[in-house]
Amino acid sequence: MKYYDKLIFELSAEGRNGYSLPKNRFPSANPLPKSLTRSEAPLLPQVSEVDVVRHYTNLSQMNFGVDTGFYPLGSCTMKYNPKINEEIANLPAFAGIHPLQDASTVQGVLEVYYNMERMLAEITGLSAFTFNPCAGAHGELTGLMVMRQYHLCRGDLGRTKVIVPDSAHGTNPASAAVCGLEVVVVKSKENGRIDVNDLKPLLDDTVAGIMMTNPNTLGLFETEIKEIASLVHAAGGLLYYDGANMNPLMGVVRPGDMGFDIMHLNLHKTFSTPHGGGGPGSGPVGVAAYLEPYLPLPKVVRCDDGSFSILQDRETSAGKVSGFMGNFGVILRAYTYLLMLGKENLRKVGEFSVLGANYIKESLKDLYKLPIEGVCKHEFVFDGLVNDGGHDEVHGATTLDVAKRLLDFGFHAPTIYFPLLFHQALMIEPTETESKETLDAFIAVMREIAREAAEDPAILQEAPHNTPVRRPDETAAARNPILKYTDSKPCE
Amino acid sequence: MGQFAYFPHTGEDIKAMLEKVSLRSLEDLYSDVPEEFIRKEEYDLPEALSEEEVRARFAGLAAKNRPMKVFVGAGAYDHYAPSVIPYLLSRSEFLTAYTPYQCEISQGTLRYIFEYQSMICSLTGMDVSNASMYDGPTAAAEAMMMAMASTRKKSRVLLSGALLPGVIKVVSTYAKFHGVAIGLIPVMGGQTCINCLKAELAKGDVAGVIVPSVNRYGIVEDHTGFADAVHAEKALFIEYCDPSALAVVKTPAEWGADIAVGDGQSLGIPLTYGGPYVGFMAVKKEHLRKMPGRIVGQTTDKEGKRAYVLTLQAREQHIRREKATSNICSNQSLMALYVTIYLSLMGAEGLREVNQLSASGAAYLHDRLLETGKFEEAFPGKPFLKEFALRPLVPVEKLQEKLLAAGYFAALQIEEGIVTFCVTERRTKEEVDGLISIIREV
Repeated sequence: MKYYDKLIFELSAEGRNGYSLPKNRFPSANPLPKSLTRSEAPLLPQVSEVDVVRHYTNLSQMNFGVDTGFYPLGSCTMKYNPKINEEIANLPAFAGIHPLQDASTVQGVLEVYYNMERMLAEITGLSAFTFNPCAGAHGELTGLMVMRQYHLCRGDLGRTKVIVPDSAHGTNPASAAVCGLEVVVVKSKENGRIDVNDLKPLLDDTVAGIMMTNPNTLGLFETEIKEIASLVHAAGGLLYYDGANMNPLMGVVRPGDMGFDIMHLNLHKTFSTPHGGGGPGSGPVGVAAYLEPYLPLPKVVRCDDGSFSILQDRETSAGKVSGFMGNFGVILRAYTYLLMLGKENLRKVGEFSVLGANYIKESLKDLYKLPIEGVCKHEFVFDGLVNDGGHDEVHGATTLDVAKRLLDFGFHAPTIYFPLLFHQALMIEPTETESKETLDAFIAVMREIAREAAEDPAILQEAPHNTPVRRPDETAAARNPILKYTDSKPCE
Repeated sequence: MGQFAYFPHTGEDIKAMLEKVSLRSLEDLYSDVPEEFIRKEEYDLPEALSEEEVRARFAGLAAKNRPMKVFVGAGAYDHYAPSVIPYLLSRSEFLTAYTPYQCEISQGTLRYIFEYQSMICSLTGMDVSNASMYDGPTAAAEAMMMAMASTRKKSRVLLSGALLPGVIKVVSTYAKFHGVAIGLIPVMGGQTCINCLKAELAKGDVAGVIVPSVNRYGIVEDHTGFADAVHAEKALFIEYCDPSALAVVKTPAEWGADIAVGDGQSLGIPLTYGGPYVGFMAVKKEHLRKMPGRIVGQTTDKEGKRAYVLTLQAREQHIRREKATSNICSNQSLMALYVTIYLSLMGAEGLREVNQLSASGAAYLHDRLLETGKFEEAFPGKPFLKEFALRPLVPVEKLQEKLLAAGYFAALQIEEGIVTFCVTERRTKEEVDGLISIIREV
């Protein structure tokens, strides 16, 4: 990757433009009254089409993506993004459809929603899905709204708490707070699983439910899930499943069968749609049959004659959570993926993702601290280096240093300092689309980095050495925020 | 059919890897899962298709949609999309990248988000923008929660009845669960009524007020006196804007707003049945630390090179958990890139032209429709750009039936007795005249 130091504004020259618009064939409209118009034109670049293409191509070359190399990124399931997905999502036949068109004119679109719902229901063991949430955290919030709406509709008004494990993704407690729920934390045991004894006293008639992911964020299967489910249900609470960790269960275990009532899926993780540098994602929410009346609307339904229509109103619905029916373009990609995958390959997704994680874990645990032994699922967590090279005056290499050194070798970093249970957490998830050769190359580099740390931790602490930029001054960025182009310019 | 193309594992690989982890079979990887939860039944899913079969399947699905000439806006606008944008967005370094937490290998993403923030600030006149949100309605809901967090101990947020129906519904859903009471400000003569606003404010307990810059009837609202009234009650003034129209209409900053939100879709993003679009939010400096979502800042690296990073992360969920300003994590990054490239290509002049072309087509359609005698003005004399409202004098069902049959999506009924039309620069004179002649026959 090479460094390129321009902003599009800096390419601007008075009088250039990059658009092509038709001539006005209508009489010119009367201008707006002056009192309603802006006083100055907005400051936007004046650049040609060539300028734009070169600039953004140059910017792209400072970026790393799944197509560039391996992402051992725990919790994020950075699997390969198939190209046929893009071809289908970019079909002109879908691009020009307005979201408020009459159902009779969009039967193909509605069929995609309906078929996706049936497939996701089968894969998860739940009954009905809404596709309206635009991302995973949006799905969590929507799922919690459904949970609360269920209790409210039953007149069970005192259920204002939600139990969240200390190992949970940060979005879980944040989504609960946005949904007006109080977060109660349940601790993990030494073996990384939820402490059922700690859970029991928390369960009473103020609990709306529990948010879990299984396997949990340590990549460990919650072996006592059956007891947890029956305890929570007996207390009148519901079980929410955070679908960020669905990948290892694909084709093997269904959240609905484990007793979960509500879940979200990240189509941009488990179902192969691209992350796009942080979205657009899609976070469909699935529920058990008895919760379907509380799902957000609008929603696609099939009529008796086999045609599809859109359900707009239902008294019990939690409400409307996004502008239309979610990120249809992302749903198209995920649907394409499932059609390509087919039932015969579903189980391999889970198995290969788990095999890869265990393979890396067993190949590195002599050099990186493995806090909890045993078979993991799709991901696992190391707690820093066995030998960080620190002694007397010399500071040892941290997890951050390991992560930054990986960039020098052409790998993305793992998820670091999460979960919060360990100080030097290094969370690795390979996914099923990586070959043994790739995993071996990653293992070799991780071993090399461990050797460097032991001998001269400064190599890691100074890393990365050969990326387009090196470690930034984050303190300066936060202390004196420069958040737009004109912030960095003296007043003109 | 050979091995599935996205799985690189050979039989030898699997054997070697199992050996390394001291297991005999792939089933053993799930030995910790209680037996009863391992699914034994076959999944009721279709068998794998080849690429050609998938193409054929989607050609079939596409054929079940009827292409329509779109004369409706209502929150999704059929503007021209320059060919450069999908071309650049398909670059896998952008498309397949993760969130730019590892800034040293994400300068491309970080730089375009910085440019995006700069352009959103230019359009709105506000001081700071975040890295984008899901869509316009959810951005408005986030603004509602921000008002609550900023004003403390107040319990109400007021929404103009002239906001798009979808915005009112989404904000109300969030409000219900977040513990916020929503009050609706009545509309008089097609515009948010300032005296009604003042009356609502006088009841006290108001944390924020959300009003549309261009409203559900397409009318460009006059917000003279709004900010003063809202600020007198120590509430936040929030404007919901169409960013395309912001190239010409008075900015939220000029109207004295504290927060500007809206949907970036009107900046050339294809309709795609409602998404992906992109929400935006920009605020006055003093509200920066209460703003939800990711923010990119400029700094230097250890060698003094200009570098961009995610900054002020102490507001966010992965640090603050339940005390975060919002639960938002993924935004709509790639769609922010879409908007950034669009605004680079168009510039201020191109955007002005888009508004001029659209408004000319809309004014023409508006006047011709009145001449048909099938409509009367809903809000006489009120200024509009690309979208306008009329009162039909013929039964709406009959009108829509006729339009549908002719392949026109127009005259959307947004409330009892009011339909809206929208004309963008993509609609040709022939299409507009075609629409008029069909309506003449109703």
